[in-house]
Amino acid sequence: MKKRRLIPVILLKNGYLVQSKSFQFYQNIGNPVQAVKRLSQWGSDELIYLDISGDDKYDIERDDLNYKNTPIFLDIIKKVSKVTFMPITVGGKIKNLLDAEKRLAVGADKISVNSAAIENPDFIINLAKEFGSQCVVISVDVKIIDNKYKILSHGGTKISNYELEEYINIVEKNGAGEILVNSIDRDGLGIGYDLNLLNMVTDRCKIPVIACGGAGKWQHFSDALSKTKVDAVSAANIFWYTDQSIYLSKKYLYEQKHNIRKPDLIEI
Amino acid sequence: MTKVCILDYGSGNVGSVNNLIQFLNYECKISNDPKEIEKSTHIILPGVGAFGAAMQKVKNKIPIKKLENEILKKNKPFLGICVGMQLMATTGEEFGEFEGLGWIEGKVKKMKSKILPHIGWNDITIKKDSKIFSGLNEHKDFYFVHSFHFDLKDKNLVVAETEYGEKFCSIFQKENIIGVQFHPEKSQKTGQVLLKNFLSL
Repeated sequence: MKKRRLIPVILLKNGYLVQSKSFQFYQNIGNPVQAVKRLSQWGSDELIYLDISGDDKYDIERDDLNYKNTPIFLDIIKKVSKVTFMPITVGGKIKNLLDAEKRLAVGADKISVNSAAIENPDFIINLAKEFGSQCVVISVDVKIIDNKYKILSHGGTKISNYELEEYINIVEKNGAGEILVNSIDRDGLGIGYDLNLLNMVTDRCKIPVIACGGAGKWQHFSDALSKTKVDAVSAANIFWYTDQSIYLSKKYLYEQKHNIRKPDLIEI
Repeated sequence: MTKVCILDYGSGNVGSVNNLIQFLNYECKISNDPKEIEKSTHIILPGVGAFGAAMQKVKNKIPIKKLENEILKKNKPFLGICVGMQLMATTGEEFGEFEGLGWIEGKVKKMKSKILPHIGWNDITIKKDSKIFSGLNEHKDFYFVHSFHFDLKDKNLVVAETEYGEKFCSIFQKENIIGVQFHPEKSQKTGQVLLKNFLSL
């Protein structure tokens, strides 16, 4: 039987792995390549790698840290794909087919697009035609405004004209392979996923949905898996402060009889 | 001495397959050069994307006659991954009907599940014993990502099945020719074991 997935999201800002809160506050928590190697050893199902740098600068010019920073985003992905043998989704700053191709060429298996798809939904059609739907993840940042789920772009800074249902229909119709739904309201707060939001999305589409935003304890993964039809649960912050976090969270879910891959530690 | 040749027609994830083979410490080249194909002991056709587009690229970039000579006549071990497996079919039905390489009789058809693509980890049920299963433990999970599957005419060639909305062929083997619908290069430990087994054939 097909298993549901647990996916760590790696946020990269200027060459460093960061923790995010409410799309506004970012804290440096380490070397992205080492972190990914660890996640891989803990038996992660997949990885989502998001570049949230506001500019193209990936070196914060600090030499007091005990590891070398890798300043170029594509080089980071290239390094990452040499130490992990699991699917990698790469997102952030993808504006055209060439941007997508460059990421796939260095080892990304899928690309995740957010703002460019909101500005021009036909971009999704072009991506699907060129690389296949299975390669296209559309990331959707959602915020509750006046009691409605609204779609925001540019890292949560611009309110689009789309409401949730309308946009999900377009995304699916244009050939996306997966939807990554992120709740801005819950980002970094650790209070659990917005289950209502997730249900609204899964009710309206026939492509796999990945939940994001709000996981603060293992129980929250379990809630999303038992109370919604999402295919995967993802999170960022929760994985960084516990040794063997992925392994332990999967073990928790496995023992709760969720249909996930058996937890395992892998030597690489 | 094992020498691997990964064929590159421009829409496969050749880099990922190459990374894993290097990691497993085998000599490996990414090339469509007839000389390299001839020198190699094992040939891999990776694949991502749609059938028709991939087949067109294969026709343009890969010396098919040479390849057929090495695989169908000289019986070199050959592994097709995902679309690389599907391309061996007679025809494929993704975005219209297209002719495949025609090495294995059958059609590539859209899957019946409600939720597509089939993305994620799924297990395989072994239908027929093969050397490529040696050393795999009871949890045979592999990473899949596809919406189409290869419906083989000769069901005796199916060595493993997987269920997603319906049962479909996840591995077939016809002597030296093997096709896998999943991505061993993305399937962590199980993928490594399977690929090593293939390279030991």
